[in-house]
Amino acid sequence: MSTRTLPLLFINLGGEMLYILDQRLRAQNIPADKAKKVMNDIITTMFNKNFLEELFKPQELYSKKALRTVFDRLAHASIMRLNQASMDKLYDLMTMAFKYQVLLCPRPKDILLVSFNHMDAIRDFVKDTPSILSQVDETNKQLREIYTALSVGEFQLIRQTLLIFFQDMHIRVSIFLKDKVQNSNGRFVLPTSGPVPYGTQTPGLIRMFSCVGEEVKRLQFQGGGNYNASLREGSFEMYGDRVIKLGTNMYSVSRPVETHMSGTSKNSSQHTKVNTTPNPLAKEELNMLARLMGGLEVQKTTNIDSGFRVNLFATDEEEEEAFISRPDDLSYEVLNIQATKDKQTNAELAKIMGEFGEAGETTPSSSSKGDDLLAMMDGL
Amino acid sequence: MAKMYHKEKSIQIKSSASALYNNLGVLRIAPRCLTYFTVVHANVVNMVSASWDGLNYSHRQLQSKEGSMATSSSLIMQAAWCVLPSRDLLVLTSQKGIQMYESDGSIMVYWHALDTPETPTAKAVFARGIAAVRENYICVGVSSGSVLVFDVPSKGSNITLSEVLEEHKEAITDMASECSGSLECIADLVSADDSGLLCMWKSGDDFQLLNKIPGFDTSCSSVKLWKGTVIAGYGTGQIRLYEGVTGILHAEVNAHARWIYSLDIAPFTGLLLSAAEDSWVRVWHLTLTPETNSVEIEHMYNECITDTQICGAKFCDGDGYAFAVTGYDLSEIIRYTQV
Repeated sequence: MSTRTLPLLFINLGGEMLYILDQRLRAQNIPADKAKKVMNDIITTMFNKNFLEELFKPQELYSKKALRTVFDRLAHASIMRLNQASMDKLYDLMTMAFKYQVLLCPRPKDILLVSFNHMDAIRDFVKDTPSILSQVDETNKQLREIYTALSVGEFQLIRQTLLIFFQDMHIRVSIFLKDKVQNSNGRFVLPTSGPVPYGTQTPGLIRMFSCVGEEVKRLQFQGGGNYNASLREGSFEMYGDRVIKLGTNMYSVSRPVETHMSGTSKNSSQHTKVNTTPNPLAKEELNMLARLMGGLEVQKTTNIDSGFRVNLFATDEEEEEAFISRPDDLSYEVLNIQATKDKQTNAELAKIMGEFGEAGETTPSSSSKGDDLLAMMDGL
Repeated sequence: MAKMYHKEKSIQIKSSASALYNNLGVLRIAPRCLTYFTVVHANVVNMVSASWDGLNYSHRQLQSKEGSMATSSSLIMQAAWCVLPSRDLLVLTSQKGIQMYESDGSIMVYWHALDTPETPTAKAVFARGIAAVRENYICVGVSSGSVLVFDVPSKGSNITLSEVLEEHKEAITDMASECSGSLECIADLVSADDSGLLCMWKSGDDFQLLNKIPGFDTSCSSVKLWKGTVIAGYGTGQIRLYEGVTGILHAEVNAHARWIYSLDIAPFTGLLLSAAEDSWVRVWHLTLTPETNSVEIEHMYNECITDTQICGAKFCDGDGYAFAVTGYDLSEIIRYTQV
């Protein structure tokens, strides 16, 4: 649907990822200089000029699988490593957080304010590093230029496109369950009280007019719910008060990223449905993905000793347990590509995918050489 | 408030509803004591045929396959039944084009491709807004603002694009034809767009523009036309009633706290159904007094579908005796009938 959706999806998911990593780096007592390096490397990669150029081109959304591949790549852009179970958990938390924000944002246009909240926080992460800061500011400028010009209808289309992307994802997240904004079945709680969106009147009034436009009758009705007047509109400027809180950092020392297992929907009946129908877009999508990720600079970990692993669970045992017990239908099956056709594209993709070798994925042996990309997708 | 409706057994559907305007289709087949329902899920249309005794449900899923081409599968924007005097057709609109099926979804009788650019452009391309008009027309809106008029023969697949109406500058959101069956009404069709603009049309060999009713900085997401009165639902949660031909505003209702997704009218009784992202379904009653040229609206009933952003709501009959609702991420159609 909307061809303007991908940049918002990427920036907001990326923002959530940074919140979580920041919190985990602290929780695991990673030395400050290393933690700083991880955050800076990831943010530098996220806002790479060539990468963003591809990202901002009008295009359809990628499949969940393809996007997950992009974020796997991004999470490993520095000296930090995550194994499969932690990466799964990280991605679950990111996606459910942004789904919540998209669902709850009062007006479709407020998705932009949610994005600005993420951008503001990212600016703050790199405020001491001018070179990265200017990259982030450049993106901020681009966001404003493209999106503030869109109509309300176009924003609604973006919102509907995002909701289709997140459809049927009902992973339970501890912090949401604790805050009572998510039900035990994974559905989010939608309030029927509080301020109405900016530009909306509280329900309850009927006005009738004569042929010449005079108000002739005014009736109140009981509409249920307990709404009140809207807050002022948030700022769409470069800096300013966004008013809405969706998209700000919900983690802190006193509200850590939950690391115990109940967060994932191990026993939930409503799992993410994996699209099992073969996707004819695969080839087209692979090419786009290769182009996009070609813009992601590969950070060479020259000194292997400086690398470290971050765990999204309390202990390694829990992580292992999560990996084994994760239901098949929740598996993201990260793209594993041995490209063969377009030499250049494939070299790039192979390089990208090579980065994940240590996660222990196996490569499909059937796609060794000369095969069509489509045929290879079947083996994934 | 007296309890006007009570909840019936829900109908399960094969995949959940997407957040799209007017995402519920209902067709009543009285001779066979059946009701058909359609709900769009991404690139699939869920179709259920339900017997009135509640004992039999049969399911069918329609894919958005584009004609005979083996191209990529596109997202569907809307599915609606078009009831013409001679035949009923199920119309699907997507990113790639328009598909028309026999009413039971068994055979695709017509496919119209949209002009889609080779590389995606900033403006998305899709069709949305479906209405059957008079004897033989089916009108479909397009994201460019065009309204396509198809001439449909009483049988067979010789459907032709007879006219393209170019009055809207923004994407069409919804369309509706006069539903009272009265031939006295001058306007046959209303089209609405993302800017809130409403266009009134008289059908014929050449469709005639009767009036344009300007918007007010918000989308009109759902529209109905009843006895010459336009009922429009907006992104601000407001419902407005206009006299179609003159554009006179009869009433303005602060109806919902969030974006309205669906309106429906029961033509025999004047009951109006409204549903929105705020989880509320409301029933209203419209009274027309031709002598004084006045339209009144009164609130009748509320129902909250907890934690659900409603995307489709329709009456199941012409009296408004029963209605059905569906919402984003919901794999069921919830039904209510009058107490």
